[in-house]
Amino acid sequence: MQWLDLTYLQAIILSVIVASTPLLLAASGELVVERAGVLNLGVEGMMIMGAVCAFAGAELTGSTLVGTAAGILAGVAMAAIFALLTLGLAVNQVATGLALTIFGLGLSGLIGAGFVGQRITPAPQLDLPVLTDLPFIGKILFGQDAFVYGSIVLVIGIWWFLYRTRPGLVLRAIGDNHGSAHALGYPVLSLRTGAVLFGGACAGLAGAYLSLAYTPFFIAGMTAGRGWIALALVVFASWRPARLVIGAYLFGGVTILQLHAQGAGLDIPPQLMTALPYLATIVVLVAISRTRGVAGSAAPASLGLAFVPDR
Amino acid sequence: MADPVATRVTSQPLLQAIGITKLYGTFVANDHIDLDLHPAQIHALLGENGAGKSTFVKMAYGLIQPNDGELRWLGRKTVLAGPAQARALGIGMVFQHFSLFENLTVAENVALGLPPSEPFAKISAGIAEISRRYGLPLEPRREVWRLSVGERQRIEIVRALLQNPKLLILDEPTSVLTPQEADQLFVVLESLKAEGRAILYISHKLDEVKRLCDTATILRGGKKVATCDPRRETAGSLARMMVGGEIGEVKSAAGERVGKPRLVVQDLSMVPDDPHGIRLDHVSVEVRGGEILGIAGVAGNGQDELFAALSGERLSASDGSVVIDGEAAGRFSISQRRRLGAAFVPEERLGHATAPRMTLSENALLTRHAVGMTHDGFINRAATIKVVDEATKAFDIRKAKRDPEAASLSGGNLQKFVVGREILRELGVLVVSQPTWGVDAGAAAVIRQALIDLAARGAAVLVISQDLDELLEIADRIAVIFTGRLSSPIESKTADREHLGLLMGGSSAQPREMSHAVGA
Repeated sequence: MQWLDLTYLQAIILSVIVASTPLLLAASGELVVERAGVLNLGVEGMMIMGAVCAFAGAELTGSTLVGTAAGILAGVAMAAIFALLTLGLAVNQVATGLALTIFGLGLSGLIGAGFVGQRITPAPQLDLPVLTDLPFIGKILFGQDAFVYGSIVLVIGIWWFLYRTRPGLVLRAIGDNHGSAHALGYPVLSLRTGAVLFGGACAGLAGAYLSLAYTPFFIAGMTAGRGWIALALVVFASWRPARLVIGAYLFGGVTILQLHAQGAGLDIPPQLMTALPYLATIVVLVAISRTRGVAGSAAPASLGLAFVPDR
Repeated sequence: MADPVATRVTSQPLLQAIGITKLYGTFVANDHIDLDLHPAQIHALLGENGAGKSTFVKMAYGLIQPNDGELRWLGRKTVLAGPAQARALGIGMVFQHFSLFENLTVAENVALGLPPSEPFAKISAGIAEISRRYGLPLEPRREVWRLSVGERQRIEIVRALLQNPKLLILDEPTSVLTPQEADQLFVVLESLKAEGRAILYISHKLDEVKRLCDTATILRGGKKVATCDPRRETAGSLARMMVGGEIGEVKSAAGERVGKPRLVVQDLSMVPDDPHGIRLDHVSVEVRGGEILGIAGVAGNGQDELFAALSGERLSASDGSVVIDGEAAGRFSISQRRRLGAAFVPEERLGHATAPRMTLSENALLTRHAVGMTHDGFINRAATIKVVDEATKAFDIRKAKRDPEAASLSGGNLQKFVVGREILRELGVLVVSQPTWGVDAGAAAVIRQALIDLAARGAAVLVISQDLDELLEIADRIAVIFTGRLSSPIESKTADREHLGLLMGGSSAQPREMSHAVGA
C-alpha cells in the first residue's frame, strides 16, 4: 500500500510544509495589522508584487538574498500606498484593500511580462550535518530553507511582541478602542502605519517565497488566491498567533492532499479537488461564526474603522 | 447668586483657566471661560448638554488645544500638548464614556494609563493597594467586558489614582451608577478631598452638586454664567442659572381614567443572540390604556432585549408572551404589530430609529410603510412629507430645510421627530426607550408632555428609561429591571427613591429582605 510507505509520507509532509509557509508568512503580517484595528484586504496584491519583484531581483543579480529584500520592499511599498490612503486620508479600508489587490495583480503582470519563462536557482535548503540525515524527521525538521524557519521565528516573535511587550499591549489597545487609546495619548495613526508596513513586508516575503523557493519561476497571478486564504486564516485563528500556525498547516495540508489524491487516481473531478482549499476556507469561516457565540468575539473592536483625531 | 469671593480659599490655585476659548469652525464651544481650582476642594462644573463642559475638560486634560486664553498650573503658564503631559503634571481624568479596552484585562487597562517605565508586577500590586485603601474592589486579571458598569468606573478611578494626581477630573461620573454606587463614589471623593487633592466634578445633577461640591461654576451656551457656593443656593436657583429660565413644568394627566390592559407581557423569557447580552427571565407586566408605565434600571440589565422582544425585532417562543390590544402577537413581525396600533421608538436615534443619510420623509416611511404610506406597492410621497410637516409643526422641530437628512438634525430635534413620527398616528400602544437621552431640557419637556397627552387619549405607554427623575415625573407606575428580571410595578406617587435604587442595584423586592440588605 503506497500510502503507508514512509518515504511517501515524508514527501507529503515536506510538501505540506512548503505549501503552508507562504500562508503563514502572509497571515502573520495581516494578524498584526488587524490587531492594530486595520483591515487590509490587499494581501493578495502585496503578495504578488512581492513575488514579481523578488523574482526580478534574483534574476538580475543572481542573489536570492537581494531577491528576498526586493520582495519585502515591494510589499512595504504597496502597504505604504494603503497606509497613505486609509490612515492619512481616512479612505474606506475595504475599498482601498480591494483596489490594492487589483492594482497589484495588474502591475505585477506588467513588470513580470519580461520574466515569464525564465528560471532561477531556487533558495537553498539549509542542511545541518548529522541532524538532516536523521531518518524520517531529519529532512522534515532540519532540511528546510530559510523561509520555513523564518516563518516559525516570525510567529513566535509576534506572539512575544503582542503579549509580552508594552508596545504590543498598546497595539492591541489601539485595535480594541482607538478613541480611548488616543485619549490616553497613544499615537494611533503612527502605530497603525507601522503595523500596516509590517504587514506589507510579511506579504512581500510570502510572495518572495512563492517565486524564489516554491516554484523557481514567475507567472502572472501565481499567488492564486493565497492572499485571500491568509485573510481567512486570521479570522480562523481568532487573531491569535498560535492558532495561526495550526490553521496555516491545516490549509496547506488540504492544498497538498488534493494534489496527492489526484495523483493517486481518486475518481473525483479534478476541478472539485482544486476547489477544495477554497471550499474549506468557506466552511471554516461559517463554522467559526456559528460557534463564536460561546467563546465571545475575539475580533478587535475597532477593526476596519477609520480614525480621525479631533483637534 | 453668592459672592464668588466668599467661597475662595486663600491658597494658590492649582490650575487656573484664564479666558479659555475654543472654536469649532464658527461655533464657539467655549467663550472666555475663567476657572480656578484649589487643593482640597471639590469644584463642580455645571451645565446642560452642549453647554461646553466636555470641551473645557478636554482642554484641561490636553486632548484639544484652546484657540485663545491660557492655563496656569501652580501660577505658571502651561501649554498642555497632550494627555501624557497633563498626567505628568498631576492631572488625572475619569471619562464619562469609559476609555476602557473591552478585550484587555483590568491590569492591562490600568497599565495603559501609566508611564511605560512601570513594570507590570508593580502595577498589579499598586491596584491591590489602591483598592484596599479606598475601598474599590477590583480583580486585576479579569477581562473588562465581564465587568459591571460600576466596576468599570472603578478601573478608571484606580488608574487615575495610581499616578497620585493633584487634580482629578470626573466627567458625569454618576450618570451610569445606581444611587447606592453613587453614594460609594461620594465617600471615595470625600477621602480624596481630605488628602488635599483638587477635584473637578462635571455634572448636570443639582442634588449631587449641592451635596458634594464646595464651589460650582455654571456654563450655559459655552459661556460662564457664574461661580458660586452650591450649598448656599437652592436647586431651583442653580437650575435657573443652568437653563437660563424656568423650565416648563410637565402637566400630568388626570390618571384616573385608566382603562383595560392594552399591552400585556406574559411570562416572557428569551435567550440573547449576543454572548454579552442579557437573558430575559419570566418577564410579566400589564400596561393599561391611559397609563404610562415606566421601566427603570441601570443600563445593560435587559432593557435592549426587552425592547427588541416588544417591538418584534426578536420573536418570542410563544404567541401569548406579548399581547397587543387582546391579540396574541408574540410571533408577529414588526409590521404586523404596527398594524395592531402599536409603535416603537428605540433608544438609539441615529442608526436604529432613523437611517442617518436618508431624508426625514424617507425615515417616516421606514416605520410607517405598513400603515398607510404605500399604494399598490408604490410610495405615497405626499403622505410621507405630510408626516414631516405635521411633526415639525406639532413639535417645533428646527431644521435647515423642509426635508433634510436625519443626520443633519441636532439630537433634540431628531428625537422630537422620531417620537412625533409615531405619536401623530392614532396609537393604542407606544413602547419608547430613553425618550429624552442626551436631549436638552426644553425638548425633553416637549417630549414628556407628548407622552402624557398620548396616554390621556387612551393609549398604553411603556417608557424604558435610566433617568429615574424622568420616570417619577411622568409615569403612573414604575417597575425595575435587573439582570433580565422585572420587579412588580409600584405606584410612582408613593414610590420611595431609596427602594427603587435598591431594586436597581439588585436588592430583593421584598420589603423585609430589603431592610435586611440595608442593615447588612
